[in-house]
Amino acid sequence: MAELSKDELLEIYECMQLIRTFEDRVSGLFAEGKLPGFVHLYAGEEAIAVGVCSHLTDDDFITSTHRGHGHCIAKGVEINPMMAELYGKETGSCKGKGGSMHIADVDKGMMGANGIVGGGGPLACGSGLTAKVKGTDQVTICFFGDGASEQGTMHEAMNLAKIWKLPVVFVCENNGFAESTPVGYHCSAKDISDRATAYNMPGFTVDGTDFFAVHEAAGEAIARARQGEGPSLVECKGFRYYGHFEGDAKAYYTEEMVADFKKRDPIGKFRQGVLDRNLVSEAELDKIDAQAKQTIEDAVKFAEESAYPALEECLTDVYVAYA
Amino acid sequence: MTDRTITFMEAINEALRQEMRRDETVILMGEDVAGGATLDHIEGQGEEAWGGVLGVTKGLVQEFGRNRVLDTPISESAFIGTTVAAAATGLRPVAELMFVDFFGVCMDQIFNQGGKLRYMFGGKAQVPMVVRTMIGAGLRAAGQHSGCHYPVFTHMPGLKTVVPSCPADAKGLLAGAIRDNDPVIFFEHKVLLFGEGPVPEEEYVLPLGVADVKREGSDVTVVAIGRMVSFALEAAEQLAGDGIEVEVIDPRTLSPLDEGTILDSVKKTHRLIVVDEDNPRCSMAADLVSLVSTQAFDYMDAQPQALTAPHTPVPFSPPLEDFYIPSVDTIVEAVKTAVNGS
Repeated sequence: MAELSKDELLEIYECMQLIRTFEDRVSGLFAEGKLPGFVHLYAGEEAIAVGVCSHLTDDDFITSTHRGHGHCIAKGVEINPMMAELYGKETGSCKGKGGSMHIADVDKGMMGANGIVGGGGPLACGSGLTAKVKGTDQVTICFFGDGASEQGTMHEAMNLAKIWKLPVVFVCENNGFAESTPVGYHCSAKDISDRATAYNMPGFTVDGTDFFAVHEAAGEAIARARQGEGPSLVECKGFRYYGHFEGDAKAYYTEEMVADFKKRDPIGKFRQGVLDRNLVSEAELDKIDAQAKQTIEDAVKFAEESAYPALEECLTDVYVAYA
Repeated sequence: MTDRTITFMEAINEALRQEMRRDETVILMGEDVAGGATLDHIEGQGEEAWGGVLGVTKGLVQEFGRNRVLDTPISESAFIGTTVAAAATGLRPVAELMFVDFFGVCMDQIFNQGGKLRYMFGGKAQVPMVVRTMIGAGLRAAGQHSGCHYPVFTHMPGLKTVVPSCPADAKGLLAGAIRDNDPVIFFEHKVLLFGEGPVPEEEYVLPLGVADVKREGSDVTVVAIGRMVSFALEAAEQLAGDGIEVEVIDPRTLSPLDEGTILDSVKKTHRLIVVDEDNPRCSMAADLVSLVSTQAFDYMDAQPQALTAPHTPVPFSPPLEDFYIPSVDTIVEAVKTAVNGS
């Protein structure tokens, strides 16, 4: 915590609070029937996206998952186009063609949420290879879930990243459930990071609800990648407040689990931590809370007032050129 | 036939339940087909968390237990390959691969293993497996959860492909697929899953390779697949008001394909329109137009038409997705063109 300035701490809090506020609002909008399609929410996992992405610049890359809104916000994707994308509007990050599950902004190094579990692993190797071949110091973060850790693509990607010494950090967001299936059932390993041993790369498990723990472990792994020392695997153990998708009745959660989530809330924990150490004032944090609400309300207004794409847009962007 | 009306989803569920009762080698596996595995308050109580992502397999784990209703990790290659070899060694497994788009992850196991084993082994193996998978646009599920892709599998020798269009067919065809001794990919349109229709309660089997004439007519043959059957029937109803009699044929299985029913129909109507929600290139629409053009050319009074989705992925934005899907109006227009020759 010591190495972060007050301004940085406030920015971190703002980013986590923006993610939470965005997700809570999206949940409400979905319930009102305003958002089409499938929506998977990130609330509860904010410390992971922000803990990792606070080490990155726009030149670095991330690959994401179906639960990608938090990664977008942490990587600096603008809120208004994000919200418009969820509505399928022409002002959306992807012109309304991708929606929540495919939200992306390559200008910000956000290589896309993904509808295929484990789809991001090999893609992360690709942006890692580009950086290596071009000799830049860009790193790629591959966010993936505990469910994705059982996909063959993830095993292949981690092995390839290691043998080619690619600047990739594999960040496993272990929220305890692959859809409704608990990690204790679907995963043969005690900790997912144990698998790093098999790929001969550094592996760590940290508390994914503790921003500072994530920030420190990710910082070390990202520094190794930037210095050409190859990939690492960082497992962040946490939880998600919402179901697998909006509409999921969450029968697999018990009241005790949900009560435990609230005790481990990453934003509450961060807030308490910085207040206890007198690093920021409560008024400063409250102001950020209010600003976040306003930012999200503005985004909803922007999205609702935006037009749908013209029908001909259905036929564009399939190829660069096609004749 | 019956007064009882249930949803497409319930019809699938009933076929699975009846087949599992009838034959104890029938097992289910897939992601969250029960859900909540190992949790005290779910599995510990003999319960399920989900019963499949949309609830199609609800209640089956309670009757058949977790030895026969297996939740899998998100490891499609592993569990589809497991299905192939379990079928080759004495079980009759039914796998649920949530969305057809996910076949990309595990294509080798179905393409090089499941579909080719019997041939490569000189006929000394059989692979009596079914993979149930959701297809189709209409739920704003975007580019990686909305494809149809059935021609990909229809193209592959060794695989059979089934695309039911109504609850009663779904039940009978699934029973037929499970009892079939070859690997069958069974495509369930996600919009149809919520629709209702009359379905007999007793067990029954619809054979693979037999098309169904959903409506008889003398002027135009419309061959429609999956959800497009209901669109074709709606168009036919409208056109009947204009005095145009449309014959609507549902192939029901794409491989094997009941060529005879389609050819007999166009020899009667002399006109063909194929309606297919999938992309146009190397498609079922192209295949059916080719069939008729090469086998019944002399009977045709108008050039065959294919109404398909465009050559694009499925867009997310609601108006774009609606534009992507062939509509009742386009079918009506195409029929009028075929009959009046614009």
